Amino acid sequence: MFKILEKKALNEQVTRMVIDAPLIAKKAEPGQFIILRIDEYGERIPLTIADYNREDGTVTIIFQEVGKTTKQLGALNEGDALLDFVGPLGMATEYDRDLKRAAVIGGGLGTAIAYPQIKKLASMGVETDAIIGFRNKNLVILEDEIKEHASNLFVTTDDGSYSHKGFVTDVLKDQIESGVKYDLVVAIGPLVMMKFVSKLTKQYGIKTVVSMNPVMIDGTGMCGGCRITVDGKTKFACVDGPDFDGHQVDFDEAIRRSAMYKDKERDAEHYCQLEGMNNG
Amino acid sequence: MANMSKIKVPMPEQDPQVRNKQFQEVALGYTEDMAVEEATRCLNCKHKPCIKGCPVSVQIPEFISLVANKDFEGAYKKITETNSLPAICGRVCPQETQCEQVCVRAIKGESVGIGRLERFVADWMMKNKNKEEVQHTESVEKKSKKVAVIGSGPAGLTCAGDLAKMGYQVTIFEAFHTPGGVLMYGIPEFRLPKELVQAEIDQVRKLGVDIKTNIVVGKTIDFNDLKEAGYEAIFIGSGAGLPGFLGIEGENLNGVYSANEFLTRVNLMKAYKFPEYDTPVKLAKNVAVVGGGNVAMDAARSAKRLGAEHVYIVYRRSEKELPARLEEVHHAKEEGIEFRLLNNPVRILGTEDGYVKGMECIKMELGEPDASGRRRPVPVQGSEFVLDVGTVIVAIGQSPNPLIKKTVPELETQKWGGIIADEKTGATNIPGVFAGGDAVTGAATVILAMGAGKESAKAIDDYLSKKDSNSQV
Ligand SMILES: Cc1cc2nc3c(=O)[nH]c(=O)nc-3n(C[C@H](O)[C@H](O)[C@H](O)COP(=O)(O)OP(=O)(O)OC[C@H]3O[C@@H](n4cnc5c(N)ncnc54)[C@H](O)[C@@H]3O)c2cc1C
Ligand SMILES: Cc1cc2nc3c(=O)[nH]c(=O)nc-3n(C[C@H](O)[C@H](O)[C@H](O)COP(=O)(O)OP(=O)(O)OC[C@H]3O[C@@H](n4cnc5c(N)ncnc54)[C@H](O)[C@@H]3O)c2cc1C
Ligand code: SF4
Ligand code: SF4
Ligand code: FES
Repeated sequence: MFKILEKKALNEQVTRMVIDAPLIAKKAEPGQFIILRIDEYGERIPLTIADYNREDGTVTIIFQEVGKTTKQLGALNEGDALLDFVGPLGMATEYDRDLKRAAVIGGGLGTAIAYPQIKKLASMGVETDAIIGFRNKNLVILEDEIKEHASNLFVTTDDGSYSHKGFVTDVLKDQIESGVKYDLVVAIGPLVMMKFVSKLTKQYGIKTVVSMNPVMIDGTGMCGGCRITVDGKTKFACVDGPDFDGHQVDFDEAIRRSAMYKDKERDAEHYCQLEGMNNG
Repeated sequence: MANMSKIKVPMPEQDPQVRNKQFQEVALGYTEDMAVEEATRCLNCKHKPCIKGCPVSVQIPEFISLVANKDFEGAYKKITETNSLPAICGRVCPQETQCEQVCVRAIKGESVGIGRLERFVADWMMKNKNKEEVQHTESVEKKSKKVAVIGSGPAGLTCAGDLAKMGYQVTIFEAFHTPGGVLMYGIPEFRLPKELVQAEIDQVRKLGVDIKTNIVVGKTIDFNDLKEAGYEAIFIGSGAGLPGFLGIEGENLNGVYSANEFLTRVNLMKAYKFPEYDTPVKLAKNVAVVGGGNVAMDAARSAKRLGAEHVYIVYRRSEKELPARLEEVHHAKEEGIEFRLLNNPVRILGTEDGYVKGMECIKMELGEPDASGRRRPVPVQGSEFVLDVGTVIVAIGQSPNPLIKKTVPELETQKWGGIIADEKTGATNIPGVFAGGDAVTGAATVILAMGAGKESAKAIDDYLSKKDSNSQV
């Protein structure tokens, strides 16, 4: 069992938890993730390692309540424990030693996944601009934490209720147009956001890394459920990624695949009603 | 005088039209009377050809004569001298190509039902006895040496169990949250009840083996960590979990699964009990399973049970070449699985929003024999047609997972990923590191994996004893 040591709400839907997981803390690197299962009946869900502390043996996760498992997770408290917690999975992010300036873009919850990257780049001495975007003011997370590490922080809200009104791509474009030279852009957030950031940076020829989050089961390369197409080739996001070259990812396919377990209306029409089965 | 009936005592089974709607076990098992009757068909041959057909040399005539004398407990002891997982082997061993193939009774009629008897004995024990009392009568001297076993499939479990019996301190490291390997996540409940696998795993635990789940070797810990923690030998039984895909157009459409994903959702995550369990599995009314092995049969029969109307097995060779066990093919047919033999998928067709709407296949005919001696299928020009399916399950084979190799680059492997290991001992090119089962051979069988685990356990004992005496000089 893996104990929840701390719990803190970052906004209405987003929670941070510190988990007691010494073996994982020992090996974790930015860019990697864990898979957890709350109880015997639970689904295995992947969450990014938002932070870790090797001495204390802890791993921090930040999650948004979007469905059954994340809601159930949000209902747990300090002192409760998770049945399964496995990792660190995926490849750690590798950055070029001679990067000078980078922009890290976080969209919504993607900001939490981007946070360890901002920290890492800053610690390498890279001048790092953080551009984080949210739907509205109430959803803004990690502003103070990111300020601590980033050289510049830009916050956008879709409705203008806080800071810049507009999308993260607008700010990125302004920056580039005004002459800022980025050697690298890291974009983490909804697929559509990553698609448009990649489209933009391609025009300017700026190398772009995106973090792909397809549905996963094992996280060790065994099921192929997490496959995506990169440069025309099939890759397993859990072992080959989750980071990939944004200019080579087939986003449209990834967007279609991410809908697979989404729309419930579709189910009634096209799929067998598994719910009705009785297996004694 | 032996019972000279030409056929085996028939196995009671659930009715096909009942069982293809639920996940309870298909074969119900012999009663005591049936078992005794079947046991009397054994001729107790002096040269015991059957034993040579068994990869772990179960003392077949001996245990069968104990069954004939109704000493079921004695029979169990006899079997478990060499086979620690009889309830599993009795169910899933391809007996028809192993012990039963060389049985003398098979010359005129059917062989003795060795597998069925093995299963009976194991089930009888589980029902009637606390196995603990039986198994560890002889106490072994505990050794201080620690051995690490990677993977808890049949290879790892057997190796660990045997080493524990010799007195070693054994820890199994398993990536999944549940031990058992393919026995848990691959082979479905209706063929191998999970409760039973659990019971066999508990036996291994009772021998003193510590099973640590949620540990991915190569990620959570690596070989250096194991060395530092004092493990003096390592056995790799990490299986062949990497799924193969066809490489045809449309394979990333929604509704295309690898058999691994589909079976893991259904077995390990219990999607067949959704929504009691949280993991879903989506299936269209019509399902195509590509492939002709045991994995394909399991996927097809599971899909049928989940409520699919038409389930097709699409296989490019003919019935004779189907690699699946005969019994499984027979069961699949009884349950209404439709075989589309000599058909090869060409591409998968999708709707605008990315869901499978059909699979284009081409008819094949058998040409000249190829390197494997089987007649090579060649496409019949212009015979393309579209199979009306909304789900495609790809079951064309697995290869070893490269995860461990990635963190231990000096470990020598074949081009296709198999770990290179000595055939007899499982020794790899790294001293103290042994390997066996599917990780070495590629996808094979439970009993071969167990056999490999067994041989490696002996070799590890040998290695550690020698190491000891060397260091004393
Ligand atoms: C490598 C990786 C890292 C991730 N890191 C984080 C993280 O740090 N914090 C976080 O909050 N989430 C993260 N996610 C997404 C997270 O795994 C999903 O939100 C979670 O699985 C949803 O589970 P659920 O049971 O609550 O929702 P479900 O009931 O399963 O689904 C609810 C909704 O979420 C969608 N969904 C399901 N799985 C995913 C997924 N993998 N990605 C996106 N949407 C999904 C569904 O389509 C549905 O609309 C990550 C995913 C991956 C693959
Ligand atoms: C659907 C299906 C049906 C089958 N039917 C039959 C049948 O009827 N009869 C038969 O004889 N055989 C059958 N087989 C084949 C048989 O199951 C395998 O040959 C056998 O299980 C191989 O055993 P193993 O111990 O080598 O590997 P596995 O059973 O694959 O076990 C390997 C274990 O290692 C773990 N692992 C892998 N990598 C790591 C790592 N890095 N760190 C920690 N743990 C790791 C895995 O999670 C897994 O639990 C079937 C296989 C499948 C998939
Ligand atoms: S273990 Fe398998 S091959 Fe050996 S006797 Fe039993 S059923 Fe036959
Ligand atoms: S070969 Fe057949 S008949 Fe002879 S001992 Fe073995 S099981 Fe019995
Ligand atoms: S999650 Fe199964 S292969 Fe990636």
